[in-house]
Amino acid sequence: MDRMLYVAMTGAKETLRAQTVNNHNLANVSTTGFRADLAAFQSRAVDGTGFASRVYATNASVGWDDTSGALLTTGRDLDVAINGPGWIAVQAADGREAYTRAGNLQVDPTGQLMTATGQPVMGDGGPINVPPYTSIFFARDGSISIVAQGQTPDTTSTVGRIKLVNPAEADIERGDDGLFRMKDRSDAPPDAAVQINSGVLESSNVNTAAAMVNMIELARQFEMQVKAIRTAEENGQAASQLLRV
Amino acid sequence: MNPALWAAKTGLDAQQTRLAVTSNNLANVSTSGFKKGRAVFEDLLYQNVRQVGGSTSQDTQAPSGVHLGTGVRVVATEKLYTQGGLTQTDNALDVAVEGRGFFQIQLPDGTNAYTRDGSFQLSAQGQMVTSSGYTLNPGISIPEGTQSVTIGRDGVVSVRVAGQAAPVQVGQLQLTDFVNPAGLQPLGENLLAETVASGPAQTGTPGQNGLGVTTQGSVEASNVNVVEELVNMIETQRAYEMNSKAISTADQMLEYVNQQL
Repeated sequence: MDRMLYVAMTGAKETLRAQTVNNHNLANVSTTGFRADLAAFQSRAVDGTGFASRVYATNASVGWDDTSGALLTTGRDLDVAINGPGWIAVQAADGREAYTRAGNLQVDPTGQLMTATGQPVMGDGGPINVPPYTSIFFARDGSISIVAQGQTPDTTSTVGRIKLVNPAEADIERGDDGLFRMKDRSDAPPDAAVQINSGVLESSNVNTAAAMVNMIELARQFEMQVKAIRTAEENGQAASQLLRV
Repeated sequence: MNPALWAAKTGLDAQQTRLAVTSNNLANVSTSGFKKGRAVFEDLLYQNVRQVGGSTSQDTQAPSGVHLGTGVRVVATEKLYTQGGLTQTDNALDVAVEGRGFFQIQLPDGTNAYTRDGSFQLSAQGQMVTSSGYTLNPGISIPEGTQSVTIGRDGVVSVRVAGQAAPVQVGQLQLTDFVNPAGLQPLGENLLAETVASGPAQTGTPGQNGLGVTTQGSVEASNVNVVEELVNMIETQRAYEMNSKAISTADQMLEYVNQQL
């Protein structure tokens, strides 16, 4: 009896956990550049004497959905979106490089180019500084050119280039702050093939229909596990009634 | 209690804020010099339940871990300083800024505020004031008996007084720019205040140092795009519905446990 109860209990517990991951994705359906979290169940057999009936389920984050989100045209100069695979390098709170797809950039009062969440954007040689400008353009390869204050439009100057990287998915992981990092804590090399568009933002890549269906499936799965717990309880009751006679 | 419930709840909160921003944009679709806002979302902290790469034996590592996301939050509501269209009004005291820059306004408490709304009027003392009655800084007074006012693209204000043949220059409009206009704090009444994030105010002559030019007889319309806002509203509503569905599903799961056990 106890085995059945615990196997069903872990099933219910892990299903609830998978529902959390799914709800997290749904909550981030409007987060710029968000990558949907993928969760999967893994079976874990518990070996021992007797019939091998104890196979527990554990939920594991197996990565993220790497399809591109929809590109939304905003017309804002400082909005950039990566076209296809790739990442924008930013400086995380610990001073090391981290990667994001969220390209709603801004320039802080000291002229530093930042993401909306306050991480400086990395250039080929460290954070990028943008002098006061009249207009700013992002080229497809990440080069930033400006018309500096007091200059005429025919004198543009290049102030840096956003570091765009494209490491293999197996080499990066999502950190607790939602930014991605290399697993070995190194800096990914720049990749010239990554292209950006300006005046465009990438929406979250959460597939809402799939997430809703997944939510229903998990809810029903959960009910089945609870049903199994209930059956275990009924079996126990029946057994104790037998002894009472 | 249940993280699934709370993750979905943060989604509801965020969508609610986004709808508030969208409604504010739509409400200000005819406000002169209004700049639309946008809610910026960020995913919340991830709980590391099982560390990826943790040793499963002396030589092997777990290929995947368990990260539970905890939802979303609104990290900023930023303003988008794109140029609004110019509406011709033919009113001599309406001035629009084409390009970067704000008019500097003196508030009654002596501090400065900034605006793109150039629909000026005259006070009883002949001062050029905003619709709320705040004077420009530096102030410009139009003398009595003025027949016509001309404002040049460089901000020079000249008037023709009755009985005088030559126009008289009475002042020059100044424009103020910021490194990061998105960092300005909206005060209401079409006014914005300087903050640490906006950088210091840099005042100059219109048309110079990258500042915009002043156009007389026009006002800058709101840069709200109604169609875009309506699409935003639809998206927000559907996202809100989905998140409330997620809450009710998580609730039903718990309800089922309570009933069955």
